[in-house]
Amino acid sequence: MQISEAWLRSYVNPDVNTETLVEQLTMAGLEVDSVEPAAADFSGVVVGQVISMEQHPDADRLRVCQVNVGAEAPLQIVCGASNVRVGLKIPAALCGAVLPGDFKIKKSKLRGQESFGMLCSEKELGLVAEAHGLMELADDAPVGVDIREYLSLNDTIIEVDLTPNRADCLSIEGLAREVALLNKLDWSTTVVDAVEIGHSETLTVTVKAPEACPRYLGRLINGVNAQAITPLWMQERLRRSGIRSLGPLVDVTNYVLLELGQPLHVFDTAKLTGGITVRYANVDESLTLLNNEVIKLDPQSLVIADDKQALALAGVMGGSDSAVSDVTQSVFLECAFFSPLAIAGKARNYGLHTDSSHRFERGVDAQLQTRAIERATQLIVQIAGGVVGEISEVTSTEHLPVKTAVLLRRHKIEQSLAVKLADEQIKDILQRLGMQLLDHAEGWQVIPPSFRFDISIEADLIEEIARVFGYNNLPSSNLFMRSELSQVTETRLEIDRVKDLLVDRGYQEAITYSFVDAEIQNVVAPNVEPISLKNPISSELAVMRTTLWCGLLKVALYNTNRQQTRVRLFETGLRFIKVNAEIQQQKMLAGLLLGDVYHDQWAEKSRKIDFYDVKADLEAIFDLAGCDVSFSKAEQLTLHPGQTAKILAADGVEMGWMGMLHPQIEKALGFDQQVFLFELDQNYLLNKIVPRFTALSKYPSVKRDLALIVNESVSANDIMGVIKNSAEPTLQDIIIIFDVYRGKGIEPGNKSIALSLILQDDTQTLTEFEIDGIVNRLLTILANELNAKLRD
Amino acid sequence: MSATLEEILAQALQELAAVNDLIELDKVRVNYLGKKGLFTLQMKELGNLDPEQRRSVGQVINQVKDQFQQQLEAKKDQLTADELSARLASESIDVSLPGRGQATGRLHPVTTTLRRISKIFASVGFTVVEGPEIEDDYHNFEALNIPAHHPARAMHDTFYFDAHTVLRTHTSPVQIRTMESEKPPLKVIAPGRVYRCDSDITHTPMFHQVEGFLVDTDVSFADLKGVVYEFLRAFFEKDIQVRFRPSYFPFTEPSAEVDIECVMCNGEGCRVCSHTGWLEVMGCGMIHPEVFKAVNIDSEQYTGFAFGMGVERLAMLRYGINDLRLFFENDLKFLEQFN
Repeated sequence: MQISEAWLRSYVNPDVNTETLVEQLTMAGLEVDSVEPAAADFSGVVVGQVISMEQHPDADRLRVCQVNVGAEAPLQIVCGASNVRVGLKIPAALCGAVLPGDFKIKKSKLRGQESFGMLCSEKELGLVAEAHGLMELADDAPVGVDIREYLSLNDTIIEVDLTPNRADCLSIEGLAREVALLNKLDWSTTVVDAVEIGHSETLTVTVKAPEACPRYLGRLINGVNAQAITPLWMQERLRRSGIRSLGPLVDVTNYVLLELGQPLHVFDTAKLTGGITVRYANVDESLTLLNNEVIKLDPQSLVIADDKQALALAGVMGGSDSAVSDVTQSVFLECAFFSPLAIAGKARNYGLHTDSSHRFERGVDAQLQTRAIERATQLIVQIAGGVVGEISEVTSTEHLPVKTAVLLRRHKIEQSLAVKLADEQIKDILQRLGMQLLDHAEGWQVIPPSFRFDISIEADLIEEIARVFGYNNLPSSNLFMRSELSQVTETRLEIDRVKDLLVDRGYQEAITYSFVDAEIQNVVAPNVEPISLKNPISSELAVMRTTLWCGLLKVALYNTNRQQTRVRLFETGLRFIKVNAEIQQQKMLAGLLLGDVYHDQWAEKSRKIDFYDVKADLEAIFDLAGCDVSFSKAEQLTLHPGQTAKILAADGVEMGWMGMLHPQIEKALGFDQQVFLFELDQNYLLNKIVPRFTALSKYPSVKRDLALIVNESVSANDIMGVIKNSAEPTLQDIIIIFDVYRGKGIEPGNKSIALSLILQDDTQTLTEFEIDGIVNRLLTILANELNAKLRD
Repeated sequence: MSATLEEILAQALQELAAVNDLIELDKVRVNYLGKKGLFTLQMKELGNLDPEQRRSVGQVINQVKDQFQQQLEAKKDQLTADELSARLASESIDVSLPGRGQATGRLHPVTTTLRRISKIFASVGFTVVEGPEIEDDYHNFEALNIPAHHPARAMHDTFYFDAHTVLRTHTSPVQIRTMESEKPPLKVIAPGRVYRCDSDITHTPMFHQVEGFLVDTDVSFADLKGVVYEFLRAFFEKDIQVRFRPSYFPFTEPSAEVDIECVMCNGEGCRVCSHTGWLEVMGCGMIHPEVFKAVNIDSEQYTGFAFGMGVERLAMLRYGINDLRLFFENDLKFLEQFN
């Protein structure tokens, strides 16, 4: 909410400067967002009156005016504005004046005619961004008075960003109450005298939804002059609150909204048919709002209707059919209390947010309506004249909010705030907040005022005490740290360790959005139905990723488009998939690599990254946890059919994929080189086995090299599997493949794979005879199971 | 005879002088001192002389031989030294050339910041808990005392999947999930991704938060203040000014916003702090009795506090990053800066 400081100070004027006042509000929980001067800096401008005017002899559009500026003799000022006329009162900048933007006014000659100043528009005074013609001042403006003083421009506009619980401060009076409280000053509300009743016409008011509208007041004011000019003081106060003047009838309702916090509405009586009914909207009913938007009303919306149609969306916005205009002669002034639950969310459902809905959904004081309608009546009559009718009131007492007493216990205050406050201090704070206190053995029974919708439990009261006492005056403890030994589990590898490993191996960590472009998602995972957002921020961020590859590919492209030729990325995070209509959120680790193995360097011949470079990184990760995995040849649509491995956990469960991006997708996405990808399920990756020591053999180990000829279809995995399964006790874990050979000497369709077997016995040195025996046993098994032959 | 010996010596020394490496040197040695060497032959010939002569001649030969031997050793030392310095000279390299092999990468600055936050809290016994990012309305709102149509929901700009399923708008649902499954005392922090339907120069639709909370008997606002002070001082490694401002969150009461003195201008006032000298860095408060009620914890027996902070915000302040969107563009030139 934005307010004029001077207006606020007209209620309560503490002896502190603006800076301190603003600090007080902020530190009381009413955060001041900005403090701006009400007008730009300027000087030397006074109220002037044009007393005579002649056409400029040499310029069609200029007039030579004699202007009374309160000095002995009038000043000659040349003016080009179209609305200049004799008798008009305007702001006149005298010689020596400085206008906003450091624009200095000097005596000058315009086409030969001397000019001793300048007549100003609102724009030239920095009051508005655009203006047509001179600023026209009221007829009673005192000639010669400094315009800043006359318009009270030496003021500050304070913008307060109120939290949703503090609807009571959405008015000048509400803020005045807080300022008075913080400065321990007395203050009083605007005194409103009831206007004399001058006619007996009324409209019948029927409330069909009393739970939503517990109180409805309305009255007819006949014979108003809708073309009356809103007084400058009111226009200025509205302007400083960011509200444009729209004629006296609407201005008054806006003014009372700002002053008291009560939204009101005026209907043009001539446009109403029959009585007023407060009801829920009918099926298929629509309404043209004041902003000319036509809305189809939902039957849960509360409307104000006449006998013919819905007139207004209750508490949100009026309709254009019944709106006042500059020919309006009679108004029906509405002042109601709508319960917050009836209004909450309604405006938002229609994409609306108004000053009225903002207040009603947070809570308007249910005791305010009579005072507010009298205040608005008083102002309308004062400005636009009119004869006032009786108030028609429909109040459903049982639906008005009930303020029940809240028990506030001394010990709870002390326990919560860790400070012991004197009873007198507590009582003083609460009473200044408008609370009624009744003594209680443990403390007090506190009845909050009707404008405080946010006080219903003890904690609410403790917060109020803390807030007024000052959070920064409350004690701070020396770390509440009851320590216990923390667990350091060894059966789970921390993902941070894996991240560090990848970083050490030259990967850069990326963090990408969890929602991605549906098109890219479909290219990267064509067989998976992603989970779609109902209200995405853009089509590029519309579906939840089913694989982290979507984001990484996009980042890789972003960087290759920026002259990066080598990219190594990883990301950790959730992927979102639907399994039997149930959303699963799985923690993944994914990587992407493209370009050379090494960055450009003088001492190492570089080459393009390949499958086995990536595999080495994954093997390093698996080694961290001692994870027993296998890579098996597999196919999936995203990856190159010949360079794809499915990664299986020890129990055979699929835990990830790695491989080369399919060349077609590579091209479709716009890459100009091979891209390698991997993605692993963290759940399997991080299972760690606590190591078990095995005794070291005292006897020497021996190494036997074997070159085996096998069919092309036999993989290295197959051979190692068979050897491992042989359960040969002297065989150590290490089986190293050091060569794969095809070509001369090997029949087509076959290949030669060479391995080393490391043998060692725990109880003796192996003899040549024993070693030969072991090797022959293994060869027999390999021959039987894989048709492997020893190469000569 | 002695003339011959002198001739041999002269010749030997001459050959020695001409030697350039240890292999040649060894040839010379063999030539003169080997089994068939010239000096050796001279010694063998002594046997033909009578004992008197044998002795004096032998002495002369030995003197000559010793003389040669000394020269030979000297030459050997010199050649060894020459060879070593030649090798050292030939093996000299430009140490300013860079090392070879794989360069290391970097962690994302958000990760680095999250790790520091977690480490600071872990040092006093907070445990790290994570929760789902696709969350139900109950855990994201209802249980946190934000019923449907509560005005606070408007502050959240929620992404929806359906009427009951959302992308979590904060990490606070982890608070609910933890209190549902575990009993106090609790000391937990919950880092993670959160989502708001908002995108402009100062908002990204996804960002990171760390939620922290502590529940025990007799936890007061003073404890909250203490923890927050200590944390901020540890995070910024500076005895920084901190202030607590009353605010409003439906799930805490009393609630506070925490401001620190602007780390860019040391509180003097600058563009980053909108010339106020203060920066808002986190929200916090005492856990609301309604929240305890939702998880069946007796608020008469237990009290607690909770706090939440934006990780990107802290990272920006810590490292002087001036544009939030950089975090998710993942430009390598950006990422490489944070070692």
